[in-house]
Amino acid sequence: MAYALQQLINGVALGMIYGLIAVGYTMVYGIIGMINFAHGDIFMVGAFVSLISFVLLSTGGWAAGPGAVLLVLLISMAITALYGWSVERIAYRPLRGSFRLAPLISAIGMSIVLQNFVQVSQGARAKPIEPVIRGSVELWHGNGFSVSVSTMQIVIVVVTLAVLAVFTWLVTSTKLGRAMRACEQDRKMAGLLGIDTDRTISITFVIGAALAAVAGTLYLLRYGLADFFMGFIVGVKAFTAAVLGGVGSLPGALLGGLLIGLIETLWSAYAGQDMFLLRELNPAYKDVAAFAILIATLIFLPSGLLGRAEVEKV
Amino acid sequence: MSGASRLPEGPHVGGVPHNDDGVPEPGEMGGIPRGPEAPASRPPVVHALRDAGLAALVALGLFVPLVGLRTDVGPSGGGLILRTRWADVAILVGIVFAGRLAMNLWSSLRPAGRPRTARRTAQIARIGTFVAPLFLGFAVLMPLLPWTTRYGLDLGVLVLTYVMLGWGLNIVVGLAGLLDLGYVAFYAVGAYTYALLSTTYGLSFWVCLPLAGIFAAFAGMLLGFPVLRLRGDYLAIVTLAFGEIIRVVLLNWVSLTGGPNGISGIPRPSFFGLSFSAGGGPGSFADFFGLEPSPTHRAVFLYYLILVLALLTNWVTLRLRRQPLGRAWEALREDEIACRALGINVTNTKLTAFAIGAMFGGFAGAFFATRQAFVSPESFTFIESAIILAIVVLGGLGSQLGVAIAALVLIGGFEAFRDFEEYRMLVFGAAMVVIMVWRPRGLVSSRKPSVALGERKAISGDLVGEGHG
Repeated sequence: MAYALQQLINGVALGMIYGLIAVGYTMVYGIIGMINFAHGDIFMVGAFVSLISFVLLSTGGWAAGPGAVLLVLLISMAITALYGWSVERIAYRPLRGSFRLAPLISAIGMSIVLQNFVQVSQGARAKPIEPVIRGSVELWHGNGFSVSVSTMQIVIVVVTLAVLAVFTWLVTSTKLGRAMRACEQDRKMAGLLGIDTDRTISITFVIGAALAAVAGTLYLLRYGLADFFMGFIVGVKAFTAAVLGGVGSLPGALLGGLLIGLIETLWSAYAGQDMFLLRELNPAYKDVAAFAILIATLIFLPSGLLGRAEVEKV
Repeated sequence: MSGASRLPEGPHVGGVPHNDDGVPEPGEMGGIPRGPEAPASRPPVVHALRDAGLAALVALGLFVPLVGLRTDVGPSGGGLILRTRWADVAILVGIVFAGRLAMNLWSSLRPAGRPRTARRTAQIARIGTFVAPLFLGFAVLMPLLPWTTRYGLDLGVLVLTYVMLGWGLNIVVGLAGLLDLGYVAFYAVGAYTYALLSTTYGLSFWVCLPLAGIFAAFAGMLLGFPVLRLRGDYLAIVTLAFGEIIRVVLLNWVSLTGGPNGISGIPRPSFFGLSFSAGGGPGSFADFFGLEPSPTHRAVFLYYLILVLALLTNWVTLRLRRQPLGRAWEALREDEIACRALGINVTNTKLTAFAIGAMFGGFAGAFFATRQAFVSPESFTFIESAIILAIVVLGGLGSQLGVAIAALVLIGGFEAFRDFEEYRMLVFGAAMVVIMVWRPRGLVSSRKPSVALGERKAISGDLVGEGHG
């Protein structure tokens, strides 16, 4: 029981990170109807920018403390947002009104560019950093097992919820958010009513990238590693989360992220254990589980848990 | 923000040639006109300079952290150390500034672009009818030419493998309009089918080849059934997931596939029972024809084998396009709803596209296994799928000649820049973006209807809208 509770806590922390990335997918899909295939790599860029900032700060001698973490987070958000903006400007904006598959193919190209750009500029080896946030809080202790929440996990949950709260406020209560929702419903009409649609779409990408940067920083702090290929698999899982929660729905993205994080953590924790049917499962297949969920969701529940069904118009 | 609204991208909107011919895009109605023509009062050079300066500023922001500060694992193995590379940043920013400036000046000086006419597309198509036989003639004669080296031959085999894969994927993507990002899965199924059957049961290549095709086609059906209802982007992501599942299973099912170690010692094909053993000896190809034993014989044989397989793919595709099935594929690509309204069985049409495309992928996989004599999951990563898709896309969706040229250019380019291993994937990804922005229909973008009422007219691919993926 204690073991299960511990895994549950780990799963929630991981799920928060997926949720942050999933919001980026869901927003972009909502507003321009394409899968931003490069979003996973934007997350990777965010992790790298944080990594570099941490190393920079620690050579300056003041890497510890919450102030440093906040500073790194802000730097990473700013730079990664610039990457998000540039990707949209270079690879997607010229393709508005092109045929439907063109932006997706361009996005795949952009994903390859980002991965290899980081590989060339930062090297192919995985980069480790020293743990910045240490310590943990023990919740429960008894016969050999103990359930504890690490400070890092608390930070992940708090930061994610805070960032998403700000973001929700932005979307629901500001002029910008209204413009975004208008573009999502009918871009042409929004344009006719005086909304600068190109600018709104750009801002959507900037916000999505900033959220991915937060996720990248948290991921780096939690797992202490960054490499140029990390964006691919995390990106696919976050996309699965977006689909599972219902593409276009923001609470859905967080919910989907939590579910995917829990499933993945529980799968690695329990698959192969000597219980019931579990011994037939292989922990190495945890990625397959995520993919299988993606396929199953799209087949049986195409609008996701919290999404609205899409009406087919001729 | 809830409820994903599908954007109004009907055929008429989708088909508008964008940007350089003065047709307003939907986004341009939004207010600020963009591009170099923005403020009419300012001279173009000043504006170009200002715009290029902004681009350079953005580039500075992008490159300072990731290029300027390189992290390395320290010599003691402990923390990371930083190295600064400001010169590289300066060069990159300079390139961006100069490039953007040149682009701006070019577009302000250039006269308004003319839309591509159907005549020009028809001209390209006519050139194609001359070029195709030339290519074919060269491909057939290549091994016999005196200056062809062993390396050239191996390169030819590689290029032809990708031509075949490109043609196979072209059936799914180019003809039926179903974007498949997991095509490499069928390639893997074909390769492992041959590898397992030959090493376990000792079956020969010629028995396994059709079996590999059948197994791959079966995998194609397996993928096809659940994704029948999906469209466009979703379909692409699910096929990607399928490809990854196959790869992860191959990697982890150690008892069957050998896991990451793969399967080695796969038998080589024989020429009507005559083997290509290195030492000659009785029963070998060299012995039977009274030739000097030479490893080149096998290379030449493999070359012709893949040439025949590729041409078979091409021939079947061209024949199918004239049959009801092929016409249904093309109709499905243009508009699925209209297809359904006209009584086309969408389910069967999609499944056959997946199955037949997969079958050729399986053939190519079996060939790959026998050529390498070794298979491992490493050969079947997502990037392979992306390369094959790039070949189809760059060549022009649906164009057989374009796919062949794109395979030659891409794979040849990969080989030519082998020394710049790190940079070639970067250039490859950039090429995908540039081609999509510059010529979204690929290099050979003619789209001639296979069947037409009355006179047959070629229309520019740019003028055709795509219903959905």
